[in-house]
Amino acid sequence: MLSRLKYDLTMAGAARGQGGSRIDLLVVADMVQPGARVLDVGCGDGELLRLLETRGVDGRGIELSREGVNECVAKGLAVVQGDADTDLEAYPDDGFDFVILSQTLQATRQPRVVLEHMLRIGRYGIVSFPNFGHWRIRLQLFFGGHMPHTDNLPYAWWETPNIHFCSIKDFRELCRAVGAKMEQAVALNAWGGRIRLKMPWWFWNLFGEQAVFLLSRQG
Amino acid sequence: MADAGATLDLADRTREADDPHSLVVRFPADKPLRLDAGVDFAPLQIAYQTYGALNADRSNAILVCHALTGDQHVVNDHPVTGKAGWWEIMVGPGRPIDTERYFVICPNVVGGCMGSSGPASTNPATGMPWGLDFPVITVRDMVRAQAMLLDHLDIETLFAVAGGSMGGMQALQWAASYPERVFASLPIAAATRHSAQNIAFHEVGRQAVMADPDWRGGRYFAEGTNPRRGLAVARMGAHITYLSDAALHRKFGRRFQDRANPTFSFDADFQVESYLRHQGITFVERFDANSYLYLTRAMDYFDLAGDYDGVAANAFRGTPTRFCVISFTSDWLFPTAESRAIVHALNASGARVSFAEITTDKGHDAFLLDEPEFLAIVRGFLDGAAKSRGLPAR
Repeated sequence: MLSRLKYDLTMAGAARGQGGSRIDLLVVADMVQPGARVLDVGCGDGELLRLLETRGVDGRGIELSREGVNECVAKGLAVVQGDADTDLEAYPDDGFDFVILSQTLQATRQPRVVLEHMLRIGRYGIVSFPNFGHWRIRLQLFFGGHMPHTDNLPYAWWETPNIHFCSIKDFRELCRAVGAKMEQAVALNAWGGRIRLKMPWWFWNLFGEQAVFLLSRQG
Repeated sequence: MADAGATLDLADRTREADDPHSLVVRFPADKPLRLDAGVDFAPLQIAYQTYGALNADRSNAILVCHALTGDQHVVNDHPVTGKAGWWEIMVGPGRPIDTERYFVICPNVVGGCMGSSGPASTNPATGMPWGLDFPVITVRDMVRAQAMLLDHLDIETLFAVAGGSMGGMQALQWAASYPERVFASLPIAAATRHSAQNIAFHEVGRQAVMADPDWRGGRYFAEGTNPRRGLAVARMGAHITYLSDAALHRKFGRRFQDRANPTFSFDADFQVESYLRHQGITFVERFDANSYLYLTRAMDYFDLAGDYDGVAANAFRGTPTRFCVISFTSDWLFPTAESRAIVHALNASGARVSFAEITTDKGHDAFLLDEPEFLAIVRGFLDGAAKSRGLPAR
């Protein structure tokens, strides 16, 4: 755990399920078909890749932080040091079944370009991100008058790697703009519980702390 | 040094080229090595060392490829210098390339001077060393010769091939030439092609050798001379490129050598000068000048993209090999950008690749040194690959 803290505190306080895995990662992993070829963009210390490996998935990773990469490679994971903003270009069309941006999109300089690459490289894309429309974040901004801090977003505004926050509503608009089809969506509350499907989007946007989307190319 | 001593040294060195302190395989004349230069070279001799034991299903072999001035003596004392092997930090019992687990083979490259056919070897047609009559060789030729050695050893597939610098070029070429024979490849501090700057450095080294009057157009064996000064200068220049500004500053700074003040002469006043002179002098004791020309040339010609319609990724299309690419932050001879180009090519070809950059101030030579993070990564990568390959855990 300590080694993880060296490079990214985002999701450091995430809810964990049975077996100790982060619940948001379990949700992502459940969207991946067994045996699929997966590219995890921003794979951190490789926790998701390891989880996927136990499910027979052929996983590869890209990670910006040198500590994260070296930890992954030393664990035997196929991870390369690279930048989602600049290095996705080198990947061929349809090179993977799934491309995953797990807690990564908000840390990229050009989320739209990254999302487009994701849909080009993978048949499916999975994106998880902290929902900035969550009520607690709205309250902090409204009453506190400061940029929100939570257990999973502990950074001050001037040091955070997360530079492009969005709400679930914002993300759906981006999906429409890039022609991504929403195959599946899951919103998690602060305790890792799933928000019920029949709830309307405004309810998700208010009570979902984390969002996980399974996307595919339109048409 | 007196001329008589130099002549004696030469005799010693041709002995190491023809009858090395190594395992040797001599291929008959009807089994030539087909060279990129369009020549069938025969008879071919390959000198090699092995460490550890081959398992029953012959699946645990790791080929270690040495760099420009390295040789097959990876973890044993060097027969000429008596110094420890060049990769004892990496290879041996309990080391990342664990000889209690893997069967390690390291051949001297073709064109070398430690027992594999090269310009210092005796040309059977003349009874004299080949000299410049030896055909120009390429990295692909080196790999082709190594494949002949593996055939001879009855090893169909390598568990891994690993090497730094020119050894890394061979590790890449192996995966390109014989993808089905390589389970894992570790190109370390390498590139898909030799850069213009590196060709330029090599040319300076070759010109230093050839400018030495004792080089005699490459016929120094026949004429009883040895272009020591030229080769030493070449080595001094090259050695600078293996280090880094920061490492030189840390090791030597501007400190004087055994003196308090400058001598106002061209003595080796500075420690760094003295160090480089020492590097040059010790190098010529163990290395052949013509061999240096041939091997630098082979590196210059290395260009994977050039061999595959200008697209390096084509060299690895559909490759089953998994790769571990490693670079070092302060390496300015094979900078991280070169390793990143390897990774981009491998990604474009869909290969399974790991890539790590190690933070160090030790420059290109870091791959030979005790860099704990580097060693941990090689160990972890090989452990993971061994698991996938079904090799028993240690």
